[in-house]
Amino acid sequence: MSAFEPSGGRVPPITPQLALRVAVLGVLALALFGIVFFRLWYLQVLSGDQYLRQAQDNRVRELSVQAPRGAVLDRNGQPLVENRVATVVKLDPERLPAAERDAAARWGQQMTARSRRPKGEKGPPPPIPGPATPELQVRFKRLGRALNMSPRTIQERVVRSLVLVPYASVTIKTDVPATVRNYLLERSSQFRGVNVQKVYLRKYPNRRLAAQLAGTVGEISPDELKLERFRGVKQGTVVGKEGVERAYDRYLRGLDGAQRITVDALGRPKGQAQSRDPVPGRSLKTSLDLDLQRTGEAVLERTIAAGPGTAGAFVALDPRNGQVLAMGSAPSYDPAVLSRPITQRRLNQLFGEAAGSPRYNRATGGLYPTGSTFKPITALAALDKGIITPSTPISDPGCIKIGAAEQEFCNAGKVVNGTVALPRALQVSSDVFFYTLGRDLNPLDGQPLQRWAHRLGLGEQTGIDLPSEVPGLVPDRAWRAEVAEDERRCRKRRNIPLSAFSGCGISDMRPWTVGDNVNLSVGQGDLQATPLQMAVAYAAIANGGRVVRPHLGVAVEDANGRELQKIDPGTARRVHLDPAGRQAIMAGLHAATMGDGTSADVFRGWNQEAFPVFGKTGTAERPGHGDQSWYVCFVPNASKPIALAVTVEDGGFGAEAAAPVARVMLAQWFNQKKTFIAGKSRTN
Amino acid sequence: MPPPRTAAAAIQDVTDAPPAPTSRPSGMLLPFDPILFLAVIGLCVGSLITLDGATADDIPGQPDFYLQRQAVFFAVGMVVALVMSRLDYSRLRELKYGIYGLLLTSILAVQLLGSVARGSRRSIELPFFSFQASELGKVLLIVALSAFIVDRSRRLQARDTTARMMLLTLVPAGMVIVQPDLGSGLVYIVIGLATLFVAGTGWRHFAALFALGAVAIALTLVVAPKLGVTVLHDYQKERLTAFLKPSENPADQGYQQNQSRIAIGSGEKAGRGDQATQTKLNFLPEHHTDFIFAVVGERWGFVGAAFVLSMYALLIWRGLRILTVAKNLFGAIVAGGIVAMLMFQVFVNVGMNIGIMPITGIPLPLFSYGGSSVLTTFLAVGLLQSIYAQGRAAASLKGRVLAL
Repeated sequence: MSAFEPSGGRVPPITPQLALRVAVLGVLALALFGIVFFRLWYLQVLSGDQYLRQAQDNRVRELSVQAPRGAVLDRNGQPLVENRVATVVKLDPERLPAAERDAAARWGQQMTARSRRPKGEKGPPPPIPGPATPELQVRFKRLGRALNMSPRTIQERVVRSLVLVPYASVTIKTDVPATVRNYLLERSSQFRGVNVQKVYLRKYPNRRLAAQLAGTVGEISPDELKLERFRGVKQGTVVGKEGVERAYDRYLRGLDGAQRITVDALGRPKGQAQSRDPVPGRSLKTSLDLDLQRTGEAVLERTIAAGPGTAGAFVALDPRNGQVLAMGSAPSYDPAVLSRPITQRRLNQLFGEAAGSPRYNRATGGLYPTGSTFKPITALAALDKGIITPSTPISDPGCIKIGAAEQEFCNAGKVVNGTVALPRALQVSSDVFFYTLGRDLNPLDGQPLQRWAHRLGLGEQTGIDLPSEVPGLVPDRAWRAEVAEDERRCRKRRNIPLSAFSGCGISDMRPWTVGDNVNLSVGQGDLQATPLQMAVAYAAIANGGRVVRPHLGVAVEDANGRELQKIDPGTARRVHLDPAGRQAIMAGLHAATMGDGTSADVFRGWNQEAFPVFGKTGTAERPGHGDQSWYVCFVPNASKPIALAVTVEDGGFGAEAAAPVARVMLAQWFNQKKTFIAGKSRTN
Repeated sequence: MPPPRTAAAAIQDVTDAPPAPTSRPSGMLLPFDPILFLAVIGLCVGSLITLDGATADDIPGQPDFYLQRQAVFFAVGMVVALVMSRLDYSRLRELKYGIYGLLLTSILAVQLLGSVARGSRRSIELPFFSFQASELGKVLLIVALSAFIVDRSRRLQARDTTARMMLLTLVPAGMVIVQPDLGSGLVYIVIGLATLFVAGTGWRHFAALFALGAVAIALTLVVAPKLGVTVLHDYQKERLTAFLKPSENPADQGYQQNQSRIAIGSGEKAGRGDQATQTKLNFLPEHHTDFIFAVVGERWGFVGAAFVLSMYALLIWRGLRILTVAKNLFGAIVAGGIVAMLMFQVFVNVGMNIGIMPITGIPLPLFSYGGSSVLTTFLAVGLLQSIYAQGRAAASLKGRVLAL
């Protein structure tokens, strides 16, 4: 206190040392306040809106209100897929005893702990706890009797749901009958916490009809949530998974409504915030004609049931614009099965390979060699390159030797057709005629045969508005070299000598030969095409060179059938077809359905005057399978032209299985008598 | 060292100088610092308004529970401060042993008689409020330490002076940390350092102290746990480190801080007023005590928060000013200790609200709800006023020292 003791009667001024230290304290205070102010500025002024949003999210919980999906209609407004209201039984988690919620939370923690352990040391999953109180046990037993479920299952669903979304209602059972609903509602005092709500499920009034086209719906998966096409879709929303449901999900989906509820920090509801009504999805009008579809599926199924066919597909297009009139794939399935919970075992049993993979749409995804139905494309290439004119005669002695190896190629049954020109060659399906063209096209620059196949849409996606379309394959030199290179690389990786007879099974590493081109000229060998691609190719011949983009969607409508938006399929690609050449091909295709043509007996009694059929049978050899039966045709007509492709796996000759199906479908389309005649022609 | 003065000895002319001119008796006209007074009033009013809005839903049926009690605390505190400001603080020097003893016994008493609240034994239940000895201890420690160091003011540069002072600080600090009340313990240590600093201890001693402190922290955090000795409870360690990783554990320690930051940030420039959902819906924990600053930030935004901070700035500025006008070293050191105590508490509390300091359970002086804290702070403010009044009186009377 030396410096501060009053001495000499004055209060002494503070010492310089103290002044310095006071200054240090002052500067420190200033610095600290500065830091706090800057931080406040940053929090409140610079990033305030971000924190405000977080505060808003803090207090509002959103309960989703399902929006009904739009219907899928055919061209006449007949429904293919509709909605129906189903009853769902839910349990309010607030009305469960706290012990139950605690038990569920403990189980959830155990599961989380288990999932954090490294693989291999996870141990068995913790068992789901039983009902926490005897009273709850009684409640579940009573509810189980009413719903025809075991109390164990109910408890399991409750625990799982509580762990996943603690504040959401627990779905106990979907789609309960009205009697059960009334029973529960009348005795609500006995079923505490149980409430009965309505949900929209998909309804398929035509059952199996066009099942692969309509597709299925389901809750959006975590992977789908990340996709651009599902941007803005909330978890738990029902979206299209396959078929049209997926392709036009954007219109069909609608917008789920939301009930916004303010909650406090413990999640207790504190009243309603503003809510949003659900917006129902739009309806989709498709170009399908359900009557044609029904006929097609029925006759195809009958054909398969009669044997030897095992599966098949058909595509009917409007050749003017590519509208899909009918498209079927057999075997088919009842999509209603998939709108309810299903076990994996039952799923495999119903939809596995043993059941013929019914969910697989063979019309857009089935890849087959096309057999003789490819011949018009070979003809177009040869005419274009001047190898033949429409009337150039070629001798067909039944067989022909080709290449340095003098490999012999023959007609089916080594039939001798004599000297034939193009129309006749198509009518009787002379293989030798087209082998010759294939041989002569092979050395030409740019592989014209392959180029024409691509021009008419083979080996390319047609661009149809369905997911999972495959491009197929038109084999050429580059492709051969590529698979050979793949095989070499694969053998190197697996240390298989290049000289070994069998390696990875990708290729035998031989180069492209004239034989490959000869095979392709009659739709054999490595060619892979879908029925849809063949229908598009024939439609192009029918309409004079426009390769249409096939499509199902025509318009988007509201619930009252008012058109909201036309769906633009995109423009067709133009290919120049020489008129004289096209005329010759048309003549050949028409002749094939008459006289001694390959499908003449199938079309016996058909009114060719009014509805001339231009068609080609096809019989393709498929390694590991029976012969693939094909029929591709078109009927020009002022008001309702049609191009139709039918194929039957293991169906035998084209005239045997595929052509009769085509005739019945054409009869349906033009209101003729539906006569089914299996053809006797044994040509390719 | 002069003998302690008696009251009679204090009132005397020490010189033969002529009386002071009558034109400047300003120190006598207003026997307290009006700016300091205004800052305190401003904080009290702010605290009451904030509590009114924030705690209306806390106790069903008693919307004004916290408001009324805090108002009573303020009223009692005013009286305490008024009485204190009229006393000559210098007399407290004589009572240093008693004060230090009171400090230790009160903390011990809490340890023996106290009730356990939320895992720590910090307070004794009295009829009207629960007495938190560690709060009152802050002021007791300031006075006692100041008195001890004034006694040794001629040997400030001696190592044992610094060592003894730190020992005197660490004994009570250790006792409250054990309670466990880490926040108050830290305040004690800051008070000890501030006392040494204002008294004039050499810079080298501070350097040595900081080095020792660093070693001690390393020992408690790293070495002791390895030897199996628990110095800091796990929850304390978590609280101290949670602010470094706020998003890592939103359900636990990081949660409070995260919610506090959201509350303050969502206030933006002008605040959300009655839309302050973070408080109303209970997302913000401890919104009437430790996190009351977040309530201010949410309800009144940057404007409100800045107002409260300026009040504290005013308080600290006046504290430093009073330090310089003190009539003796004891007063200066007491004022320095009080300023350091307030500054540390404000910075740490606000810092934890805005997410730049760990959660340590230090209340915001004069703002957080709580009798012990309010009364202690008023006691400190009373002391400051007393130092001011005495200093002015000494200056204006030219050595004629007024004491009651």
